[in-house]
Amino acid sequence: MARIVGVEIPNNKKVLYSLTYIYGIGLSRSKEILQNTGIDPEKRVKDLTEDEINRIAHYINEHYKVEGELRQEVQRNIKRLIDIGCYRGIRHKLGLPVRGQKTRSNARTRKGPRPSRIKKR
Amino acid sequence: MGRSRKKGPFVHPKLLRKIREMNEKGEKRIIKTWSRASTIVPEMVGHTIAVYNGLKHIPVYITENMVEHRLGEFAPTRRFGGHADKKAKKGKVA
Repeated sequence: MARIVGVEIPNNKKVLYSLTYIYGIGLSRSKEILQNTGIDPEKRVKDLTEDEINRIAHYINEHYKVEGELRQEVQRNIKRLIDIGCYRGIRHKLGLPVRGQKTRSNARTRKGPRPSRIKKR
Repeated sequence: MGRSRKKGPFVHPKLLRKIREMNEKGEKRIIKTWSRASTIVPEMVGHTIAVYNGLKHIPVYITENMVEHRLGEFAPTRRFGGHADKKAKKGKVA
């Protein structure tokens, strides 16, 4: 188990997929990182050398905003929308879909679990 | 899809003219507008613009953070006072 950027501990999968466990890194970025650091994407994380791990960590720190910092940024952006009182901000505050989806049915991701129905006798 | 950069932000010409006149004279007056599609530009910061929501004009005080949004985003066109409570029937909340 290797430790890259803070507490992120990808397991013994191939590095390419392992890196996507980091918040802010998906497949595209993972590919990019490995290409630019010259590491074989097929290699398992447990087989990485100390130096390779350092190179990855370094590359990430240099180029991307990840984990806590990224989460903070997202929260800040949402807070801005709420503070200026625009439509999107209101939707965020109410916990309803922000991008114009229907709410007559579905929209459960935003609305959360259905309120329990009162049982009829 | 976003608007073409080439065109610049859309602001209703009449509205923009009024804002510019006010900036020149340094006065602050609420201007009513129906142009919900107008983008908020930096020149508007500090003014209060009354945006029509289909029923009446909602006064919106423009701050720096609002630049690049559109006027209509700040004047909701629907009202929803929550679902009716079965036990205690409440009137509509404005």
